[in-house]
Amino acid sequence: MAADSTPAIVASHFSDADNQETAATLGMWIFLATEVLFFGVLFAGYAVTRLIHPEAFGNGGRHTDVLLGSINTAILLTSSLTMGLAVRASSVGWRRSSVTWLTLSAILGVAFLVIKGYEWYHESLEGLLPGPGFDYSGPDVPGVELFFFLYFTMTGAHAVHLSIGILVVASVAVLAARDKFSADYHTPVVLTGLYWHFIDVVWIFLYPLFYLVSRS
Amino acid sequence: MTSITANGGPSYISAGYTLRSWLTTRDHKRIALLYLVSILFFFVIAAVAAAMIRIELLTPAGDLVDDDTYNKLFTVHGVVMVWFFLIPSIPATFGNFLIPLMIGAKDVAFPRLNLASWYVYTLGGLFVVGTLIAGGVDTGWTFYTPYTTMFSNSHVIAAVTGVFIVGFSSIFTGLNFIVTVHQMRAPGMTWFRLPLFVWAHYATSLVMVLATPVLAMTLALIAIERLLGVGIFDPALGGDPLLFQHLFWFYSHPAVYIMILPAMGVVSEVIACFARKPIFGYRFMVYSLLAIAAVGFMVWGHHMFVSGQSMYAGMVFSLLSFLVAIPSAIKVFNWTATLYKGSIHFDAPMLYALGFIGLFMMGGITGIWLAALAADVHLTDTYFVVAHFHYIMVGGAVMAFFAALHFWWPKVTGRLYPDGWARAGAIVMFVGFNLTFFPQYIAGFLGMPRRYHAYPDEFQVLNVLSSGGAVVLGVGYLLPLLYLGWSLRRGRLAGANPWGATGLEWQTPSPPPPDNFASPPRVEGPPYAYHAEQAAGDSHGR
Repeated sequence: MAADSTPAIVASHFSDADNQETAATLGMWIFLATEVLFFGVLFAGYAVTRLIHPEAFGNGGRHTDVLLGSINTAILLTSSLTMGLAVRASSVGWRRSSVTWLTLSAILGVAFLVIKGYEWYHESLEGLLPGPGFDYSGPDVPGVELFFFLYFTMTGAHAVHLSIGILVVASVAVLAARDKFSADYHTPVVLTGLYWHFIDVVWIFLYPLFYLVSRS
Repeated sequence: MTSITANGGPSYISAGYTLRSWLTTRDHKRIALLYLVSILFFFVIAAVAAAMIRIELLTPAGDLVDDDTYNKLFTVHGVVMVWFFLIPSIPATFGNFLIPLMIGAKDVAFPRLNLASWYVYTLGGLFVVGTLIAGGVDTGWTFYTPYTTMFSNSHVIAAVTGVFIVGFSSIFTGLNFIVTVHQMRAPGMTWFRLPLFVWAHYATSLVMVLATPVLAMTLALIAIERLLGVGIFDPALGGDPLLFQHLFWFYSHPAVYIMILPAMGVVSEVIACFARKPIFGYRFMVYSLLAIAAVGFMVWGHHMFVSGQSMYAGMVFSLLSFLVAIPSAIKVFNWTATLYKGSIHFDAPMLYALGFIGLFMMGGITGIWLAALAADVHLTDTYFVVAHFHYIMVGGAVMAFFAALHFWWPKVTGRLYPDGWARAGAIVMFVGFNLTFFPQYIAGFLGMPRRYHAYPDEFQVLNVLSSGGAVVLGVGYLLPLLYLGWSLRRGRLAGANPWGATGLEWQTPSPPPPDNFASPPRVEGPPYAYHAEQAAGDSHGR
């Protein structure tokens, strides 16, 4: 394997490939820390707004599609499994297996977005899209509107991240197919995996907040 | 400028003269200069706004500009000074230039990201310039809701977009510095051999990386709320305006530490060099930098004592704000102890650094007054607050910026500036600063509120003093521009180490070669290996 493996291209300011890989991985972790803070604002906003409108958040939470939300959760969790397998495959230098798992991860990501888009479409038809057209009858309409404001903003921000993730995974899959990685050098696959799992973790928090709240 | 370094190879400046070679560079030193030029451009814009504010306040009546224009002036002054000058001032220029040199690296960890950060900064800057051309924004730099989202008729979205974008440039810079300090240190450069300048930037970078995303998302929520009329910050829509203030200050208080920590790093380098002594209590200096960065994240509520937040929150934030004064005081004590029995040289960088210590102390101690709940009820939203944070941001951060500019100018350009002029400049700046802002403490204490373009007659004497001081301060800012500009062509060649300073950056030619060091340096001992007796022979400079 070692003989025909692609050697890492080490930029001149790094002392060696190991140094470069550690730097890149640390950089990714710090980036993910900024992402946590970025989403953290929305989670804080959710917490405070729910504290002000507890009933409305319960009512709002009964208007999301729990079946599709659960299916999507399963899809995304599965995509993290396939991504984990892709990272593993590339770390032992299995090119074709790595390409397959990466492609599958991207496809699962797209499936998630399609279902999510369908949900959004239906919710907007029902008049649950916040704004002038918001149409909901029941107690504390502003509270329910804020629930859906947060729902669309947070799942929207998640979807933007997922879309970027799909593009990155697809590009990395193409690179993998072109034999750019090896057991010695596959940092981009590892970093993509980290990002992908992060998107998954965000969803794991979004799912109970918007689909399971007050649904006992 | 010097085109050839001592050993005959090209310097980072002479490595390419085309505009393209600058705009596509990945050399941290060139990117630092790109940043230097950009931030000075924005400094001038914000300074002009400040000048107009001071001219308006010469007389009690609102006669130069109307109240709307006045609101726009102080908003522009605040937005541009904070995000387009102070936040990047020392880190993006001197941090960028010096961190790789100081740790013995060829470059930062991610050179392309470094260049990208400058482009992102420039893009954000274009939005702000666009905002100005379109007619400005009148919300104050704090963008408080619901005024910002519901009532303001000015260009809020463009301004907020500019600030949103520029935030990513500081995230990129911070991320780059953290990884650089972790991964790019030369052999033998252990964590506790790092110069305090590097430690200060490490602490700053942690704050940049952890605080800025909060601002970005908060501003995005403002833009959405203003555009669509739905959002979580407007009480009329069921939201909570205090939530906005919490989120805003969660970033914007730590942002003060983004400004002051690098300044502390600069001052530590300068004091050690011109006192010819190792920094007193090096480890305590490191721990206090980290403590300021950490505790600084937990004091934001002191901006909201009169906002209606819970009384208990107020008490906790007050206590924590007192706590953050302890590591700050440790630093002042240690600088003073470093001076003790030192062989002190009053070169221009040292004058700026000593000015920093005095002004920072004034700003810090008045900060303690403001952190006291009862006193703050009286002082909040008065000129006392304005004076307090200008002592920190201008007296502290800007003085340190000029200390850095004078200390490392020979390294950056390879030329020496006329020392007499530079010392005069430092003194003019110090005098002008105090004349501008000390009267504002008194005016504020007497009850003059901030952000009004007209005021009662009895405050006129203090305001005339302040405006007069602003003229002196302006001269203080213009002087360096003149003699530093002059030195670019006519200054004497500096040589590698004109100050006789320790630190790896002084062991390479001035200006440094593109790869920083001819051979990878190896570090054998702790930083600041100054010896007082060395001063007798006076190895330094002239």
